[in-house]
Amino acid sequence: MAEFKHNPEITQEENLVYKRTDLLTPATLSYCPGCGHGTAHRIVMEVVEEMGIQQDTIGVAPVGCSVLAYEFMDIDMQQAAHGRAPALATAIKRLMPEKFVFTYQGDGDLAAIGTAETIHTVNRGENITIIFINNGIYGMTGGQMAPTTLAGMKSSTSPYGRDVEIMGNPIKITELVAQLDGALYVTRQSVHTANAVRRAKRAIRKAFENQKLNKGTSFVEIVSNCNSGWKMTPNDANQWMVDNMFPFYPIGDIKDNK
Amino acid sequence: MRELHLMKGNEAFAEALIRAGADGYFGYPITPQSEVMEYLMAEKPYERTGMVVLQAESEIAAINMVYGGAACGKRVVTSSSSPGISLKQEGITYMCGAELPCVIMNAVRGGPGLGTIQPAQSDYFQSTKGGGHGDYKLLVLAPASVQEMADFAKLGFELAFKYRNPVLILSDGAIGQMMEKVELDPQVPRWTNEEIIKMHPWATTGKPPTRERNIITSLDLQSATNEIHNHHLQAKYRKMEEEEVRYELVNCDDAEYIIVAYGTSARISLKAVQLAREEGIKVGLLRPITLFPFPKKIVRELRERVKGFLSVEMSAGQMVEDIRLEVEGKVKVEHFGRYGGIVHTPTEIVEQLKSKLIGG
Ligand SMILES: Cc1ncc(C[n+]2csc(CCOP(=O)(O)OP(=O)(O)O)c2C)c(N)n1
Ligand code: SF4
Repeated sequence: MAEFKHNPEITQEENLVYKRTDLLTPATLSYCPGCGHGTAHRIVMEVVEEMGIQQDTIGVAPVGCSVLAYEFMDIDMQQAAHGRAPALATAIKRLMPEKFVFTYQGDGDLAAIGTAETIHTVNRGENITIIFINNGIYGMTGGQMAPTTLAGMKSSTSPYGRDVEIMGNPIKITELVAQLDGALYVTRQSVHTANAVRRAKRAIRKAFENQKLNKGTSFVEIVSNCNSGWKMTPNDANQWMVDNMFPFYPIGDIKDNK
Repeated sequence: MRELHLMKGNEAFAEALIRAGADGYFGYPITPQSEVMEYLMAEKPYERTGMVVLQAESEIAAINMVYGGAACGKRVVTSSSSPGISLKQEGITYMCGAELPCVIMNAVRGGPGLGTIQPAQSDYFQSTKGGGHGDYKLLVLAPASVQEMADFAKLGFELAFKYRNPVLILSDGAIGQMMEKVELDPQVPRWTNEEIIKMHPWATTGKPPTRERNIITSLDLQSATNEIHNHHLQAKYRKMEEEEVRYELVNCDDAEYIIVAYGTSARISLKAVQLAREEGIKVGLLRPITLFPFPKKIVRELRERVKGFLSVEMSAGQMVEDIRLEVEGKVKVEHFGRYGGIVHTPTEIVEQLKSKLIGG
């Protein structure tokens, strides 16, 4: 391995080509190094900053590793009970239609305990943005099986790999909600490379812009890693995600009714 | 000027919500309170005042919609009946933890389980002692008439915002379904967003550059600060106990025996008091209007001058425990319960009074 040499020039103010958005607070992220949650937070807040809507945005944090999202995002936020974020967002948007409202949820939150809230909120076509981080596992509680855990994938509650005969099949909740008439824009993205981050950010921007159209729900899945839960290094986790998650959860737009 | 109407309890509650300037109702149908949402949908309050009315996919979703709306500083409300209230407990404890105001109406029916749709009072423990997890209290108002169904809708919002806490209106199938005359207050305007920002600076209304972000959460991972938060909540509940006790006394001045009853069983007990008085028995009625805070002080006062208490409840014996705590064994405290959806008759109550307290 080549020896790493630090070049102090590149961090000097005049040489910066990119800086962290002010809409992320200075708090230290509680995520494991290499986890996709941090990048996803950043692009959501960059979109809010670029659209100039900090004052008009209300976010809803879930239960899961991102339960503390409100500590990192410098906007007004509510923290929901496990799975219930879309219900909160429904009421916020109905009562304050002039605001931009989004939920930020994991797969355990959105696709297990909150399935009903997810389906019915999208089906009603609530004019909100749902950001869905699919890492195929329950991160926060220590790596248990999620509804999105792949067949054969190991977790602390499927230690020999998910046996679909016993444990049921992984659920493509995003394809499921795409079928609902209330869904305006449904897409699946990732944040493991610079290119992917740019595409995911464009999708999030579009999902927020869609709230101006008032024509339905925008749903952005981000397939992400959980290196801790998967028990891999960040790099290995991203490679494993490309090799195993993407074939089952293909990246790209699923529905765009705009 | 108040307007006179002839209405069902549930309808009076719904109409009073609109007039009290409610911003949103979120519910899910269950007998015997479905008239609330039916009335609201028929009345189109969104045309009258801009109030949002939404039928949720479940009670869980409905109470969480209430959470979302309350966190924006809005006057929001839900109603349900026993099995539905059990489902709402998750949202209720979260709202207590996050200190959010709202009004919840429970038209209690006979349980446990799916039980019956007939009136009961068997949710007293669930209402006053918790119901969900954690140390929390709801302000619990027990209406005994259609008039109180209307009045408590408005009072409920006032108390909810005064304490930033959910207020529970503990009704039942009888009060919700009966028709009576009711005087309704004139319409008050809904709060504007500007008013909300001024009155409720904690609300998530969107972060302007002039203030820190507002966060509504019940999470506190640090035990030490979580304990401080719990101290704060407990102090709030003690303040409610000092300031919000409400009750009614009937014929208690010279009474030797006291019937304690709320809601429907209080109305029946009123007749029982009259019948007993005709027989020369000196009995009075204590009707708690707030079940939390329970009217402890008056029970302690009465225990010094009466020979016994009879708790008349449509349950197997729940409020009677609170009376016994205050009486401290100084005089007899007996319970007379009918349950599973059966209501007492006034003569039954007089018989029980005689056999359990006077003769015994
Ligand atoms: C009602 C309830 N049940 C269970 C839990 C425990 N719990 C906390 S986080 C979590 C799973 C979260 O997983 P996911 O949504 O996939 O998010 P991640 O942590 O992977 O980002 C569970 C089950 C809870 N907090 N509340
Ligand atoms: S446990 Fe997984 S999802 Fe949670 S922060 Fe760590 S890597 Fe991310």
